[in-house]
Amino acid sequence: MSKIATDLGRDAIIAHREAASGQISVSVRDLVIRYGAQTVLDRMSLDIGRGEFLVLLGPSGCGKSTLLNAIAGLLDITDGEIWISGKNVTWDEPKDRGIGMVFQSYALYPRMSVEDNMGFGLKISGLPKAEVKARVAKAAQVLQIEALLKRKPAELSGGQRQRVAIGRALVRNVDVFLFDEPLSNLDAKLRAELRVEIKRLHQDLGNTMIYVTHDQIEAMTLADRIAIMKGGIIQQLAPPHEVYNKPCNLFVAGFIGSPGMNFLKGRLAIAGDTVAFDIGDLRIPLHAYERSGGPLVDGAEAVLGVRPEHISLGDAASGDDGGRRFRTPGRVEMVEPTGADTMLWSKLGAQSVTIRVSADVAYHLGDTITLALDLNRASLFDAKSGERL
Amino acid sequence: MARRQKRSWGATLTIVPFWVLVLGAYVGTMVWTVLISLTSSKMLPNTQFVGLAQYTRLFATERWNIAVHNIAIFGVLMMILCLVIGFLLAAMVDSKIRAEDTVRTIILYPQAISFIVTGLVWQWMMNPTVGIEKAMHDFGWMGFSFDWLVTPDKAIYALVLAGVWQGSGLIMALMLAGLRGIDQEIWKAARVDGIPTWRVYVSIALPMMRPTIVTAVVLMSLSVIKAYDLVVALTSGGPGLSTDVPAKFIMDFFFNRSNIGLATAACTVMLIFVLVVFTPWFYFEYFREKNGSR
Repeated sequence: MSKIATDLGRDAIIAHREAASGQISVSVRDLVIRYGAQTVLDRMSLDIGRGEFLVLLGPSGCGKSTLLNAIAGLLDITDGEIWISGKNVTWDEPKDRGIGMVFQSYALYPRMSVEDNMGFGLKISGLPKAEVKARVAKAAQVLQIEALLKRKPAELSGGQRQRVAIGRALVRNVDVFLFDEPLSNLDAKLRAELRVEIKRLHQDLGNTMIYVTHDQIEAMTLADRIAIMKGGIIQQLAPPHEVYNKPCNLFVAGFIGSPGMNFLKGRLAIAGDTVAFDIGDLRIPLHAYERSGGPLVDGAEAVLGVRPEHISLGDAASGDDGGRRFRTPGRVEMVEPTGADTMLWSKLGAQSVTIRVSADVAYHLGDTITLALDLNRASLFDAKSGERL
Repeated sequence: MARRQKRSWGATLTIVPFWVLVLGAYVGTMVWTVLISLTSSKMLPNTQFVGLAQYTRLFATERWNIAVHNIAIFGVLMMILCLVIGFLLAAMVDSKIRAEDTVRTIILYPQAISFIVTGLVWQWMMNPTVGIEKAMHDFGWMGFSFDWLVTPDKAIYALVLAGVWQGSGLIMALMLAGLRGIDQEIWKAARVDGIPTWRVYVSIALPMMRPTIVTAVVLMSLSVIKAYDLVVALTSGGPGLSTDVPAKFIMDFFFNRSNIGLATAACTVMLIFVLVVFTPWFYFEYFREKNGSR
C-alpha cells in the first residue's frame, strides 16, 4: 500500500516538474554510480529540454563520459532513475531507449561497407529491406556521404568515418543523440569542419543532443547550455556566455577561457558601504562590481578574476566612466603575438597578469603602459570556498 | 631515389652463420631429401636414379593410403573442433567471468604438457580395463561403454579427442587476444544498435579476427602434419593400421623398414602438399594485409 502511495506521490511530482519546465527530453534523477568503493556520480540530477544541445564539459575523470554512458544504458547504475521522452528507461536496453550514439573511435564495424554499417542495426531489428535502404540513403544525403556507401571504413578518412558513425545514429530516427568526444580523434582543421556540421545538423533536425567533450571551444560553440563537471559534480549549468562571463566558482573560471583568467589574490576591505579589494599597496574599489551573493567580510581573503580581454590599455587620464575601470600603471614584461591578438604580460601589484590587445599596435619589452581593469565584468571569489561572491 | 645503405661488415658477419644454418640445415636437407627420393636407396643412400619409381610404389602402398586418409579425418576434425571450442571458450572468458585468470590457466594447462604425456594420460583414461569405462562399471553403470581406443573404426576419434583437449587451450588464448583487441566502443555501438551478443560475435567480431584465425589454422595445420608423438603414445598407430599417420609411416620406413627411398618420397609428398596448400593462402593473406584492407 505504502509503495503505491509513494509511487503516486512521485508521479505527481514528476507531472508537476514537466509542467513547470516545459518539455523535458532527458531527465537524470538522483543518479548514483559506484564502482566498488569509488563513487563516480553521487545523487546527480539533471533535466535536458527537448531539442536542447547540452554539452558535458570537464577534465578527464570528472564523470562526464560515465554520465553519458549511464544515459545510454551502457553501464549499470547503482541508484537513481533515467527518463527519456517521458518514459522511465532506467532498466531498458540501450536499443529501447530511443537514443543514437556516436563514439570517439567511430566504432564502425570494420568488415562491413558504409551502407551495412548504417543499416545493420535496422536489418537486425526486422525492418523491411526497402525501408532500411531508404533510411540509409536519406542519412547519406544529409551527411553528404552518398558516394562512399559501398566503401569499407578503412578506405575512409577520419572525418568521413565520423560522418558514417553519425549516420548510423541518424538512421535510427531517434529523439536523443549522444556524442562521446566525437571529434577528439580528428586533426584541428577537420574538427572545426565537423563541429560546424554537427551544429547544422542540430539546427536542421532539432533533436536533443548531449555532447561530451573536454574541448572548451566545442562546448562554447555548440552548446545551448554547458554543464561543467568536476569530481562527479556539476559545477555550473548555464548557457555558454554565462559560464564565460559569470563563472560560479574558481574552477569554472579557470577551466573556461584560453589564455586563462587572471587571478589576483588579495583581501577585501569594507568600510561602510564601500567595498574595495587590496592587493599589496593597491586598493581597487569594487563599487562597479555586480555582486552575486555571498556575504562580504572585511579582511577576508579573496580572489579577483579578470579575463585578459577585460583589461584594456589606455592613458591614465582618459575619461571618467563612473569608476567602472580601475587604472594603474604597469610595464610590458613579455609580448606573445598569436596572430589575431597579442598577449602582453605585465605586473599588477606583484602579481602577473596577461592582457589581450589588438595585434595592430606594436608593443615592446619595457614599455610603460596603463592597465585598465573592467570591474563590471570581473569576477570575485572567496579564496577559501572558491565560490563567486 | 633512396641511396642503398651501406651495410657494415660487423652486421654482415653476424648474419652469415644464420644464413649458413638456414641454407644448410633447412634448404640443404630438403633438397637432399628430394634427391634421395629419386633414387633406389634402401638402407643407405645411394645415387642410382630411378625417376619417380618410389612415388609410384608409395601410392600403391596400402598403408600409405590409409595414413593419408587418417590424417585427413584427424586434421579436419581437430581443426574444426579446436576452432569452435577455442572460440567458445574465449568468448566465455571474455564475457568478464569471475576468476578469469584461474579459468584461463586451467584451459591453457594442457598446452604445457608434452604430446607424449597427453597420449599416455588419455591412453589410461580410454583403456577399457583401467580407465573411464572401468570406473563407470565400478560405480554400477554396467551398460557404459567407452572403447574407442580398441575399436578400429573409432580409434581415430580417440586421437582427435586427445588432440582437441590439448590444442584448444592455445586456440582459446589466441582467440581471446583477438577478441580483446576489438575496441570496446564497437561493443557499445552494437548494443545501441540493438544487435544481439551472439550476432556481434558472428557478424562483427569473427570477421575482425580473420588474421587471428589464419594464425590459429596455420599453427594447427603444422601440428596436425607433424602428428607423431601423440599417435605413438596413444595408439601406436593401432589397432592394426587404423590410426596410422604419414609421419609415423615415414619414421617406420626410415628406421625400422630400412627403406630410405620410399620414406623420402613420402616426405617429399608431404612437403609438396604443405607448399601447395599454404603458399597461396599465406601469400593472399599477407598481400591483403599490405594493401591495408583490414
